[in-house]
Amino acid sequence: MKTFDLDHDSVRELNAHIHSASREQIAVDNAGGRHALAVGATDENEITINGNVGYYCAGMNQQASITINGHAGPGLAENMMSGSIRVTGDASQYCAATAHGGLVVIEGNASSRCGISMKGVNIVVRGNVGHMSAFMAQSGALVVCGDAGDALGDSIYEAHLYVRGKVASLGADCEEKPMDDEHRRELQQLLDSAGVTDMSVDDFTRYGSARKLYHFNIDNAGAY
Amino acid sequence: MCGIVGLYAKTPSVSNQLGTHVAAMLVQMGERGPDSAGTAFYADGKGRSKVTIQHDDTAVLDDALQKLSAAFPVTTRSRGTHRVIESGENADAVAEWIAAHLPDVRIMSAGERIEIYKEKGHPREFVEQYALDDISGSHALAHTRMATESAITTSHSHPFSTGLDLCLVHNGSLSNHNRLRMQLEKTGIKFQTDNDSEVAAGYLTSRLMQGDSLRQALQAAIRDLDGFYTFAIGTRDGFAVLRDPIACKPAVLAETDDWVAMASEYRAIAQLPGADKARVWEPEPAQIYSWEAGQAA
Repeated sequence: MKTFDLDHDSVRELNAHIHSASREQIAVDNAGGRHALAVGATDENEITINGNVGYYCAGMNQQASITINGHAGPGLAENMMSGSIRVTGDASQYCAATAHGGLVVIEGNASSRCGISMKGVNIVVRGNVGHMSAFMAQSGALVVCGDAGDALGDSIYEAHLYVRGKVASLGADCEEKPMDDEHRRELQQLLDSAGVTDMSVDDFTRYGSARKLYHFNIDNAGAY
Repeated sequence: MCGIVGLYAKTPSVSNQLGTHVAAMLVQMGERGPDSAGTAFYADGKGRSKVTIQHDDTAVLDDALQKLSAAFPVTTRSRGTHRVIESGENADAVAEWIAAHLPDVRIMSAGERIEIYKEKGHPREFVEQYALDDISGSHALAHTRMATESAITTSHSHPFSTGLDLCLVHNGSLSNHNRLRMQLEKTGIKFQTDNDSEVAAGYLTSRLMQGDSLRQALQAAIRDLDGFYTFAIGTRDGFAVLRDPIACKPAVLAETDDWVAMASEYRAIAQLPGADKARVWEPEPAQIYSWEAGQAA
């Protein structure tokens, strides 16, 4: 295993190594809130980061499996393509923004704008998510085991939202939907892949698009 | 952008090294704001009032201190382009006398505990020039500025004094500050600059003068201030933190048995002893967080 101690090694050295490594185990100590750690990984490396991380950790990830033993700052897993990311603490705002694929698991809470403009990523949050989560979410799934803040799923397209707790308010064009067998199956699979074993799919409510705002229609002007 | 840090000491070991800790936190936030830097330190004045004045020209300061000494029995301390005037007189009275008789010098702060130092330039230069290491005290706020809406001068730098022992630092931008400034000026609030954050400070001053508690004033600010903000407000006995309801501007809070800290980013907090064991969380939008005399409220 290759280990980087960021009190001595630079972030650039770490990221350069990640970009050239393949099927390696890489450990990062003393993250110290530094920015842009493990960004742009393209191979199946297993990366473990110890400590809280700053902005944009694990951005654009492809294939790597990244664990953060700590909290994550704003912009975690931005535009992730594939692979998986697990945060043992909380994630700050716009986690997994615009992400196309892969799995992001937040064991604590995610704050505002979680999954904003998500395009295929799956996100499982054990705690709560903040306001404006899944704003303009296009595809993929957001699972919230706790509560969701205001304006959940505002202007949502076809992403699937599952919330176990309370929703402070739904955003424009987002509505509660029935849980069919296919949704139960999908949710169970997501909970399994996230390692959430103490919750029942029956306790979740599904939300999605009312599909009124896809195309401008003057009759719907009040809903925008 | 801009960077904010705040530190509240719960133990003498942190209190004795307050300046060193705040300097380390501030330098970490340099990338968020290289244009100017400033600090507000709170330390026991031992029954004497403190008024901090500033001028770029030492000769002007020397002349001011000579005139002041003739008017009041004062002791003075020097730090950078600032002078802290300590006296047995009430801080308000000293500040009023300075405003009336020494119009050239800027009054940075007045009160029993507060000392504000601020200067244009990179936070690293500020920390070197102002040699903060020997400062002890109960708590402090600091700011690094990336100017977006008004000029880069010492006057435009943060913290802004908002009354006796009160100050404000701001990360964000306000959009209704011009109209609000006009309204506040009509009620007698005076402004030194065209800066938006100074209007937020003036707004709080005005509310507090009308009898609001700090919490009431901040509640009213959520209603009346339009724009983006994370505020940290220094008070005589602690500090408060408030984010706007949209909460785009970052803030992190952390607490151990030895200190309470806030910062725009965790990497500033990471400079503190025991940070890796601290409880760390993000303040909720439109919620007021405050610490006074060790009590979270």
